[in-house]
Amino acid sequence: MLPFIRVGPLLVQLPGLALLAGIWIGINLAEKEALRLRLNASAIVSMTMYGLIGGVIGARLLYALEHLDAYAAAPLSLLALSTTALDGWGGLVVGAIVGFLYGRKHHLPLRPSLDSLAPAVAVFMIALAVANLLSGNGYGASLDAPWAIFIWGEYRHPTQVYEILLALGVFLAWRLAPAGDVYSGNSFWQVVGLSAAARVLTEAFHGDSAHLILGFRLVQVVALALLGTSMLVGRRWSAAAAAPA
Amino acid sequence: MRLSSRFLRRLLVDPPVAALIGVIVVAIAWTVISRVPAGAPQASPAPPSPRTGFAAPDFTLDTLDGPQLTLAGLRGHPVLLNLWASWCLPCRIEMPAIQRVYERHRDDGLVVVGLNVTSQDSQAAAQAFVQQFGITFPIALDRDGTASDRYELMGLPSTYFIDREGIIRDVIIGGPMSEAVMLANVEELLRAP
Repeated sequence: MLPFIRVGPLLVQLPGLALLAGIWIGINLAEKEALRLRLNASAIVSMTMYGLIGGVIGARLLYALEHLDAYAAAPLSLLALSTTALDGWGGLVVGAIVGFLYGRKHHLPLRPSLDSLAPAVAVFMIALAVANLLSGNGYGASLDAPWAIFIWGEYRHPTQVYEILLALGVFLAWRLAPAGDVYSGNSFWQVVGLSAAARVLTEAFHGDSAHLILGFRLVQVVALALLGTSMLVGRRWSAAAAAPA
Repeated sequence: MRLSSRFLRRLLVDPPVAALIGVIVVAIAWTVISRVPAGAPQASPAPPSPRTGFAAPDFTLDTLDGPQLTLAGLRGHPVLLNLWASWCLPCRIEMPAIQRVYERHRDDGLVVVGLNVTSQDSQAAAQAFVQQFGITFPIALDRDGTASDRYELMGLPSTYFIDREGIIRDVIIGGPMSEAVMLANVEELLRAP
């Protein structure tokens, strides 16, 4: 765990740097994949950038809406360079909508465009797991075993390491997958589905799970739903692509 | 009956469908098996540790005004704990906002504790800082760095939002923190029973 390093007077947040590196590498891979799929690569990159910027602005505005009294008392805080005042899930939805609208406006075909984003999703999942390892977030449950790591006052499952290894596995699976129906959108759904399956597996070892009724873990249930959706949609799109015109 | 036999036939002739269903069944089974049973270690109170969801590490320190302050003695009140030093620029920038938040919510039960990392500062500099910014909340003096060690201090300022039960609900390392973020966190603590 190494959340910060001091560089002169600056406190550099390493988890944030890991995420930025993941985004940068992901966009580069998406651009290469777009070229391979004979898509408009610069439009794919722009779509990603608009989605990111829209997502950040959306995340801040939604956070402010959720804390309207606080922002009414200090409205200039809307412009603060703070990574804490963001609604992450809301930002993800807004970013996806902005990216989708940009894609429509520039006539980007939906399914192959999603395929070009598959490596970006896989790399971002690796970066997210590395960021968690650096920050100590997403920590594991207590464990008495030789591979346990000492974090937050106890020996625990190294859940972040499990997640890095599985995310690397997902990336390799994308990289080594046969190029068969890559134009169908199925490649994107495979990466999403495998990432969701990995989370269904690893969430069981987490020590920070939010619980639903009867002890079900919230993230596991969401990942399960995402896994089902990705398998269903991926298979339908793949079948549609294989059907004779 | 006819439907189920058609379904079984399809599984036999379409291995990918069988594999997809197999994956979903295994995932559902794993989700059920790995539920958190009541009374499991994860459901027990977390040990003191300086992060969200854990009990705030306790300390007893002298204050600038003289009497000692024990963090555990503040149970029942939401607490904003801010670790700072007089030489730290972001600490200087955010301190007036902390004072404003304190004045706004003091009567609602909010307690603000400024923990001066005196082992990296000096009592005289801390006193001058308090006078310069007109701070009226208590300032604890961490002369030997023990409290800072318990909070695994990585950078200044560091701010902890602690609920009435003594559990940390949010941590912000670095700064300056925006006033709205302080207010949002404090108001969530005040709303909690």
